[in-house]
Amino acid sequence: MKPFAYVKPADVAGAVRAVSDEPGAKFLGGGTNLVDLMREGVERPDTVVDVTGLPLDTVDQLPGGGLRIGAMVRNSSLAADERVRARYPMLSQAILAGASAQLRNMATVGGNLLQRTRCPYFYDPAAACNKREPGGGCDALGGFNRSHAVLGVSGSCIAAHPSDMCVALAALDAVIEVESVRGTRRIPMTGFHRLPGDTPEIETELAPDELVTAVELPPAPFAARSRYRKVRDRASYAFALVSVAAALEVRDGAVTAARLALGGLAAKPWRAHEAERILLGGPASEESFARAAEAELAGADVRPGNAFKVHLARATIVATLRELNTGKGTA
Amino acid sequence: MRVNGAAESLDVEPWVSLLDALRDRLGVTGPKKGCDQGACGACTVLADGVRINACLALAVQYDGKEITTIEGLATGDDLHPLQAAFIRHDGLQCGYCTPGQICSAVAMLAEHRAGMPSAVTERSGELDEAEIRERMSGNLCRCGAYNGIVDAIKDVAGQEAR
Repeated sequence: MKPFAYVKPADVAGAVRAVSDEPGAKFLGGGTNLVDLMREGVERPDTVVDVTGLPLDTVDQLPGGGLRIGAMVRNSSLAADERVRARYPMLSQAILAGASAQLRNMATVGGNLLQRTRCPYFYDPAAACNKREPGGGCDALGGFNRSHAVLGVSGSCIAAHPSDMCVALAALDAVIEVESVRGTRRIPMTGFHRLPGDTPEIETELAPDELVTAVELPPAPFAARSRYRKVRDRASYAFALVSVAAALEVRDGAVTAARLALGGLAAKPWRAHEAERILLGGPASEESFARAAEAELAGADVRPGNAFKVHLARATIVATLRELNTGKGTA
Repeated sequence: MRVNGAAESLDVEPWVSLLDALRDRLGVTGPKKGCDQGACGACTVLADGVRINACLALAVQYDGKEITTIEGLATGDDLHPLQAAFIRHDGLQCGYCTPGQICSAVAMLAEHRAGMPSAVTERSGELDEAEIRERMSGNLCRCGAYNGIVDAIKDVAGQEAR
């Protein structure tokens, strides 16, 4: 690992100042992703600003029924929070579907938002990767791309976003609060991550010196009936091939509220706006669920290794909506 | 930091992992270096009772913490119940993953007692085989001693429940 300086500020003002003063500085949360990437030589900060000592480690009730989640809350604490489990079950389920207990105990909510892709070519400094080395090319395009994205991809990058938590946050219309020496601003979760275009190295709207301080969940009564469903190569401790975060409210056979976001399919947690549009007001039927899924996936751009994801996503979307509609799980 | 109950004063570079600090600086070699990338769990230790991957932890981030490794679980010659159960149920073959497995299991049982949900059950129910396998999925065993590992943990969980 390249040597670096380490600082551990006690407050947010000190943390954002430390990064603002030093162009080669990076914030460090639980370390589950950044330390790994530093060891691989993919990330090479000169200074690491440890933000785990900041007083941002509580989940607080917001007036009006929402929740404010401090960026330093550990993933396991958020998944166990009774309010999250009761009001936003898809979020607790998404976190518990990811990584291992050890990693969830370490990982912070802010760090999870900035988790980087698991594309093996991104991790391998000997491979061509436009994300790691802009203009270097992309070995995934014609390589082993079974895990890669099919929505919103570009000719320069087909990496998939790896987070489970982020998929649920996108479905729940979370808002990300960030702070820098210039002040505080709020970014909607659905606009927080970027598609690759021809700049896959820029993954979010966050400026390099901005610190994620909190995630706010707006009240969403219908989300009490929500579900995160993940399909992967083994039963536990694997990244998603496809995942679905969904909430569905049905009255008299018609869909009165629908939320749908997809994981494993794009460079960002993919909010399925087109599918939601079709679902809303329509019948809560298998046909309608399938039509919504197909419309969302119509723009898929596949490669030989990941073409299977379109069918898998369609089936998983329909199964998840069916389960929410009938209350019965199906294979 | 405190390691297995003893105060330790360490001067390490910021890039030294907790795992390397324990093994190379303090001679605490129970935690093992398997993958060194948070994938295998052989380095699992407890930090203030919470299980973590020591390979992805920078030692400087754990300043002031109480670290427990496999060396800290027994009381004199009396093995921790999970250590004894792993022997009784053949929960190992080569033994390389075992210190991580046992530390992980100690914390896993505590998490379960505290009501921590899992991907198998949203409400913390009985620790059956599916629960144990899910909650222990961060600890790989390349010898494939999983059946014995599950039996050992189930045995201790059952003793606690009685």
